[in-house]
Formats: sequence, structure tokens, C-alpha cells
Amino acid sequence: MSDHSKPAGHVVPVRTYVFVFLALMAGTALTTGVAYIDLGRWNTVVALAIAFTKMMLVILFFMHVKYATGLTRVIILCGFFWLAIMIALTLSDELTRVWELNPAGWSALVPLLSHLWW
Amino acid sequence: MSELAAHGAHPPGFAHQFEDMAQQREAGSLGMWVFLVTEILFFGGMFTAYIVYRLLHFDSFVTGSHLLEVKFGATNTYVLICSSLTMALAIRSAQTGKRKSQIIFWLILTMIFGALFLGLKFTFEWRHDYIEHIVPGFGFQYRPEWGSLGPEVQMFMCFYFFMTGLHALHMIVGLGILTVLVIMTARNRFSPEYYAPLEISGLYWHFVDIVWIFLFALLYLIGGRY
Repeated sequence: MSDHSKPAGHVVPVRTYVFVFLALMAGTALTTGVAYIDLGRWNTVVALAIAFTKMMLVILFFMHVKYATGLTRVIILCGFFWLAIMIALTLSDELTRVWELNPAGWSALVPLLSHLWW
Repeated sequence: MSELAAHGAHPPGFAHQFEDMAQQREAGSLGMWVFLVTEILFFGGMFTAYIVYRLLHFDSFVTGSHLLEVKFGATNTYVLICSSLTMALAIRSAQTGKRKSQIIFWLILTMIFGALFLGLKFTFEWRHDYIEHIVPGFGFQYRPEWGSLGPEVQMFMCFYFFMTGLHALHMIVGLGILTVLVIMTARNRFSPEYYAPLEISGLYWHFVDIVWIFLFALLYLIGGRY
């Protein structure tokens, strides 16, 4: 009870903030630039990978999660885990529903399904 | 009487149910994160719908995406990242006990970047969309080059306006929160020991930034621009 006035939380150095800021700006420039290069299906993968990296930089440094307790991290992971459940179960419904509608048999759907994916 | 003595030693903003300020700070951040988890799933519902329809109507989504101007989306991404930096620096100023004028400076700068984002979106981007007749419900016109994809392109534009509109609504709420923070700072409510409103408002602001990072990648850059 004696350390009420313990200095505030974790103070992140300014240079860390500036470095993260520059990385985010560079990531935005990179993701915009890559969109103008034909990588086929990898365009989406690269765009999402860069967005994910930027998100992690913001969460870890700007939102101080790098210095947070395990409890806070578990809560955050729960949020993303539930988001993953929502997306995965919705897709498992949507992507398998088509099959039931096709009286010609599943083999006729192979070209259609490959189209659905990309 | 020792209770009273202990009371006198409390830093401003300390709530009695907590052991110490560190525990109080963690509880505050944790509570905010619980709210942000609901926000993840709130926006997540729209992202899930987006994923499903993108898989079903990919070509239409590419056509729709190419109607959007990358320059607006990219500029707004830069602006929002700047605002996140200034928000982080505002909190840091409070943590390190800087003069309140410095905290207010960073907060106002954050508000300016936030307002710039909304200004660009409403007065340039959405106006441009309106003139191009690609706003569903406001003179949306099918174009011959879309062929039979017209309704699906319109659906993409619905996704675009609902998702960016919901994001813009969060930005407006954020500007209101920042206004309150400026007033609280001016009234000397914050100190290096107690700055919880700044910290959790920062979490909110950065969260809105993250949503935009994904909106930019997913709405503006579908199928590439080559």
C-alpha cells in the first residue's frame, strides 16, 4: 500500500514511437505500391500480411500491449479467436451450401469452386 | 485515524477498491479491452459478410474496388497513422509529467488529423463518388461495361459505404472523446500517477486506426490495380 505514487505505467521512449510510426507509413506505401504489381492471388496475401503486421505494431507499441499483463493479452486473444470462429463457421456453411444445390453431382462444381476461391 | 492519514497520501484519481495505482491502471485498460473485443466482433460481423460476398462475387468486387480512388484511401491511411502517433505522444506527455499545454497540443493535433481524415472522406471522396453515380440509393447508375454484374457492383458499394461509414462514425465519437480530454487536461485532472482517461481513449483511437488499416487493404486494393 505504500507505493501509491509509483511512476506511471511503462513509459515508451519517443524513438520507439517514431520508429513504429515510420514503419506504419512505410507499410502503407508498400501495400499501395504492391497493389500495382501483378502477383496473381498473392496480391491478397501480401496486402493482408502487411495489414496484419501494421496491426501488430499498433497493438504492441501504441496500445502498450507489449508491456501489458498476461490477463490483458488473453482477453485480446479471446476477441480474435472468437472472430476466427465467426468467420470459419460462416464460411463452412456458405462454401458447402452450394454443393447441395447442384443436381449434376459434385464433379461439375470443380471449376466453379476454384472460381469461388480466388 | 490511520485511514485518514492514508487517505491524505492518495494520489489524485486513486479509487479505494484498488490495492495500488498499478492495479487500478491494469483494471482500467482491461475493461477497455473487453469493450474493444466487442468492437472487434461488431466490425467482424461486417468483415465476415464482406469475406463471404467477396468469395461469391469476386469479379464484381474487383470492378467495384476499381471505382474507388486509391489516392484518397492511401492519404487517409497516412493521416490516421499520424493521428495515432500524436495520440501516443499525448499520453506519454501526461505519463512524464509535462506541462498541460504540451498534452493539449498533442491532443489538438490528434483532433486536427482526425478532422482532416473526415474532411477528406466527406468533401472529396464521397462527393467524388456522388458525382460518379456510385452511391447506392443516391443516383446509382449501372455502367454498360459491367454487363450483368451491375447489381453486384452496387452491393460492393453498399459494403464500402456501410463499413467506411461505421468507421467514420467511430471517428466522430473519437473527436468528441478528445474534446472532453482537452477540457479535462485544461482542468488539471491528469498527473503522471493518474491519466487513465487518456490511456483508454488512446486504446479506442488506435483501435479505430487498426480498423481503417484493414478497410484500406480490403476495400481499395482488391484484385490489384495493375
